[in-house]
Amino acid sequence: MKKTVCLLFTLFLLASQTIAQEKSLPNVEVKTLKGKTFNIQNLDNDGKPMVMSFWATWCKPCKKELNAIAEVYDDWQDETGVKLIAISIDDTRSMSKVAPYVNSSDWDYEIYLDQNSDLKRAMGVSTVPHTFLINGDGKIVWNHKGYIDGDEEKLYEEIENLVSK
Amino acid sequence: MKNKFFIVLFSLTSFFLFSQNSGQISGDFSLNLQSYVEDEAINAQAADEVVLNNAFLNLLYSNRNLTIGLRYESYLNALLDYDSEFRGNGIPYRFATYTIDGLEITAGNFYEQFGSGLIFRSYEEKGLGIDNAMDGIRLKYKIGKGINLKSFIGKSRTYFTYAEGIFRGGDIEIDINETLNLESEMKYILGGSFISKYEERSNPIFKIPQNVAAYSGRLNIINGGWNYFGEYAYKINDPTNSLQESEMNYASGNAFTNSITYSQRGFGATAEIHRADNMLLLSERERTGKAYIMNYIPTLSKPHAYTLLAIYPCATQAMGELGVQLDVFYKIKKGTLLGGKYGTKINFNFSRINGLEGGNSMLNDNIDFTPKLFDFSQELYYSDINLEINKKVNKQIRYNAVLANQTYNKDFLEGKTPGEYGTINSTIAVVDLSYKIKKGHTIRFETQALFAKQLETASKEEEGDWLMGLVEYTISPNWFFAFQDMYNYGNENESKRLHYTNINIGYLKGSTRFEIGYGKKREGIFCVGGVCKLVPSSNGLNLSITSSF
Repeated sequence: MKKTVCLLFTLFLLASQTIAQEKSLPNVEVKTLKGKTFNIQNLDNDGKPMVMSFWATWCKPCKKELNAIAEVYDDWQDETGVKLIAISIDDTRSMSKVAPYVNSSDWDYEIYLDQNSDLKRAMGVSTVPHTFLINGDGKIVWNHKGYIDGDEEKLYEEIENLVSK
Repeated sequence: MKNKFFIVLFSLTSFFLFSQNSGQISGDFSLNLQSYVEDEAINAQAADEVVLNNAFLNLLYSNRNLTIGLRYESYLNALLDYDSEFRGNGIPYRFATYTIDGLEITAGNFYEQFGSGLIFRSYEEKGLGIDNAMDGIRLKYKIGKGINLKSFIGKSRTYFTYAEGIFRGGDIEIDINETLNLESEMKYILGGSFISKYEERSNPIFKIPQNVAAYSGRLNIINGGWNYFGEYAYKINDPTNSLQESEMNYASGNAFTNSITYSQRGFGATAEIHRADNMLLLSERERTGKAYIMNYIPTLSKPHAYTLLAIYPCATQAMGELGVQLDVFYKIKKGTLLGGKYGTKINFNFSRINGLEGGNSMLNDNIDFTPKLFDFSQELYYSDINLEINKKVNKQIRYNAVLANQTYNKDFLEGKTPGEYGTINSTIAVVDLSYKIKKGHTIRFETQALFAKQLETASKEEEGDWLMGLVEYTISPNWFFAFQDMYNYGNENESKRLHYTNINIGYLKGSTRFEIGYGKKREGIFCVGGVCKLVPSSNGLNLSITSSF
């Protein structure tokens, strides 16, 4: 019993120190559409914010979200310099549909494949869509589960807050 | 033993705590509570426990090159659509990963897939109740430029224990252009995998092999908008699935998958063909069931998101099937007659899967049979032809419409006696319309209809035609309300022409989501990635909470 209390106490101390801080991106590799291996810690947008969105070709709300952002993406980029990273969690069943879907939809996002769900697990994503906002220093400052119509406006407010800081 | 564990853990945590960079903790949590009330009409059972519970918490600690993680799982007792072997509480998943000088070492649990999974896939799919995580050691190593090596040894998880088989495996992937410093537009990626399983033989007289193996090779060629991927896999004989040794199948197995994709701005297409023959790899030779399957033949059909489109889902037959699929994506430009102000997106999809001539390969004292390589005239398992149109009409209105025709060999795919239900052909129409009322407020209507007929006379009554309606009201960024009704108005059995009504309310805040629902669920088959489970009919209240930190 004593040991358990001791253990819980140290875990609590550890947690209180580590949970509070802004989180960095995990050391996980994904693939580009060209088959290249890419470590997600190498994401970079010249000190400007990035949005990372987990999606799949079979996920309706994910596509709704990314299509809604696509319509205003040029404005977002002009005004804040934000870059959108779309992480597809499609497995080998639907992976071959990612490039055709992305290209036919006119998306200008940076696309990565997380075929084995390694990044999904490392970032605690249990369901898609799940969207993260990353500041210029590569720290995760905000995240949101799911998508309902209009959520992109809230996301944009968060991006603007970040840029005006 | 236990003491030592705590001392080590204690000193480790203290070390992290006082070292300069204390790393970070993250995780996620999920809770799913469901009450079960009896409803004779839909054949829903009440649960003895009244309320059932599935929950888990993932905890990850990472500090520079080190990651430590665990998952606590709780099934008290598991929801009725889960296998009842998920019972009780525990920490069935824990691992530590360390990366140094290009070498990544994992001890404990891990998920892994080689190539497209034809010979090995260890994964989790909470929706299906599948988790065949490995427990053992995995090494990943980058040798020089563009060469990645993976190898592991371990046992696979089944529920709260591990299966008998010990798996050993290795995989190499070479990015030819990078390795040889080629500057060409054309890119080549080569890969090869090997898996070996050891399982003790129980019968001392009959010498079935204790070590069995499978291997595969793959090639990916990328050039501009073109992408070709092909993989071939071979399984050395692995007698399984019969208690009588003389009846066992000693034949080898094989599978291949090929896809070619082309895309450019506004257009994309992909064509695929695959074939599997006697290609089931199990973690225990005398078991059946999805918890013991260790490889994956990717399903050749479109994963549908609308309810009525998924009533007759496609399940992959690793023992033997031949299938093709074609997808075309096109966006009609904005400013044209059909494109309107925002453009119109179209997706055409066709898939067709049939059996092998004479069934899968068989070899024993009585039979020596190998089916023909290509024969598309054999018994149809599944086909689906569908067209989806997605359009934003103006700032308020957008819609998504689908028209599909599916053929589903119910007798074969659900393991019924031939002639019981036969093959079912259904035509399905879906219209999904959203209307934005004002900033943040949207109302969405879904109307779906399914018209089914049996293609031959069958001895059992079929469910026949369905109608479904859904109204959803969302207030961004926090609330959603949904009401839906499924009506089986065309059931051949008049007493089963029933309504399945559901009401759901959800509240979202940042990374936390609460949802409460009440209603009836239809008995049916639920699939993810062609792996399916039977969901019993149910009636009751559901509460789910998911959160991540």
